[in-house]
Amino acid sequence: MEFKFEGRAKIVSQVLMGIGIIALIAGFLTDGSDHHQRWWANLLVNGFFWFSISLAALFFYALNYAVEAAWSAVIKRMFEAMWHFLPIGAGVIVVVLVAGNFFHAHHLYHWMDHTLYHEFVIGEGDQATYVDVMEEGAVANPNYDHIIAHKGAYFASWFFWLRTLVYIGTFMLFAHLFRKWSLLEDEKPSLDLHYKQFKRSAVFLVFFAVFSSMLAWDWIMSIDVHWFSTLFGWYLFAGMWVGFMIFLNVALIWLRSKGYYQEVTESHMHDISKWMFAISMLWSYLWVSQFLLIWYANIPEEVTYYTQRFFSDYQVPFMVMFCVNFAVPFYTLLPRDTKRNPNFIIPVGLLIFVGHFADVYLLVIPGTMFDHNEFGIFEIGLFLGFLGLYMNRTLSALSKAPLIPVNHPMLQESKDLHY
Amino acid sequence: MNKVFHVMYDDDDTLKTAASQLVAKGIRVKEVFSPFPIHGIDPIIGVKRTRLGIAAFMYASTGTALALFGMWYFMISDWPMNIGGKPSFSLIENLPAFIPVTFEFSVLCGAHGMAITYLLRNGTLPGMPATNPDPRTTDNMFVMEITTEQNSLSAEALEAAIKETQLFELSIKDYK
Repeated sequence: MEFKFEGRAKIVSQVLMGIGIIALIAGFLTDGSDHHQRWWANLLVNGFFWFSISLAALFFYALNYAVEAAWSAVIKRMFEAMWHFLPIGAGVIVVVLVAGNFFHAHHLYHWMDHTLYHEFVIGEGDQATYVDVMEEGAVANPNYDHIIAHKGAYFASWFFWLRTLVYIGTFMLFAHLFRKWSLLEDEKPSLDLHYKQFKRSAVFLVFFAVFSSMLAWDWIMSIDVHWFSTLFGWYLFAGMWVGFMIFLNVALIWLRSKGYYQEVTESHMHDISKWMFAISMLWSYLWVSQFLLIWYANIPEEVTYYTQRFFSDYQVPFMVMFCVNFAVPFYTLLPRDTKRNPNFIIPVGLLIFVGHFADVYLLVIPGTMFDHNEFGIFEIGLFLGFLGLYMNRTLSALSKAPLIPVNHPMLQESKDLHY
Repeated sequence: MNKVFHVMYDDDDTLKTAASQLVAKGIRVKEVFSPFPIHGIDPIIGVKRTRLGIAAFMYASTGTALALFGMWYFMISDWPMNIGGKPSFSLIENLPAFIPVTFEFSVLCGAHGMAITYLLRNGTLPGMPATNPDPRTTDNMFVMEITTEQNSLSAEALEAAIKETQLFELSIKDYK
């Protein structure tokens, strides 16, 4: 059965995209913050959030292949469709990074200021030359930042861009290959192709394990450049995984109500809800693990991150965000019946989804907007715009291939799934 | 005289098929004994949904409450402790320090409460007499128990219906 992307769904997604474009333009024009900082910061939030959901789709696809999971064979086209946003999300992130690094259009990343890295300076203003050793005529550089200067090798422009492009390139390459093999399998049954995907998925997971952590450091953690946390990458990874699971669940509920995916049973939906529940707990566990040690040790260089969020205007959203993302799934998704009931899953899912968006928002905004943040129609409009774009890309990709893979070797086992 | 039928099968799928056939004829299956949980047998023979999950939640909640109360009493009220340089003498402000203990104690209470309830309910506490009709059900055989008491059919009609299934062995006993 083929999915047709038309009618109300298409119109809704286009209207949302229209709202997004208006928000993007109006937001830029009305943004009074220095260097349009607010505009750029929100672009990064949305770019990263939706990029990370598509990345989680790619990860989950590879995970299911690598562990030879049969249950998901029937919905694997959903995963494929959901990673079609990857190039757009990566593009938005790259635009933000390029604008900051090469055009100094914003100051999201403090470390992109090259004057921080040199201890001495000769001359003043535009003519200033920054040097590392004392020379004739040189004076101490007032901008010099000892901590950032020690991270200079890691933040060197060529190295940073090499990493960024390697992450994106690797993800795109695997996404392209997985999709290609998946469509090839539709044409003729081939166990070789299946085992090839099995092996390549394992290879991808190795790259993903390293890159998902490092891209979190490079793109998000480096906003709070004086601060560091080793489990930051896993924390973001858990967040992206939950977001993906929710989007998948709600999209499947919608598709089933439209008469598609009748082969997807209550058991599949139950399993996806279980994933939602489990990964919400993983996220909460990592959140607490990061917080608890920093709170307990109480070392000035570590607590900065939390003082910025707890003892400021961000206090209420930050605490509400954690409660929503932990307590709501814990208490509502614990019983068996709620996991199978769309009337529960849709409101709870949307609430946690917004909660995880707020999580990414609170990763980026406190370190970029400090005490001058504003939240208004622009943020909501931009979120809706990206939502529409993501829906549009996903559904249009979904309509380009049979909804259910034709020759997947574990298809029958997947259809017979019974819990 | 009430009779009890112990119908033995050598495969779980055969037993499931047989159970479906018998239930379709309106026969009530009292119990199934098997060496491992048979997937999907519950809806066939009409076993009620277990409430063990609810019990576990209550045990774990009790654990949470006990742990929090205990630590409040030990560390805040009875003998105020300086926790990691934060002598605020307040449960809520020192809460993060108590979370790991609370979590562990909840798991401990939940797991033990659930295990003990399970063993009690099934009558399988260590030392309790075995209730399975045939020792082979702990090895490789599957036994279905049907009683005339629970069924409106006569013993002969039940026996005839049971013998239509692909059984391995049948034993009929008088019911005390």
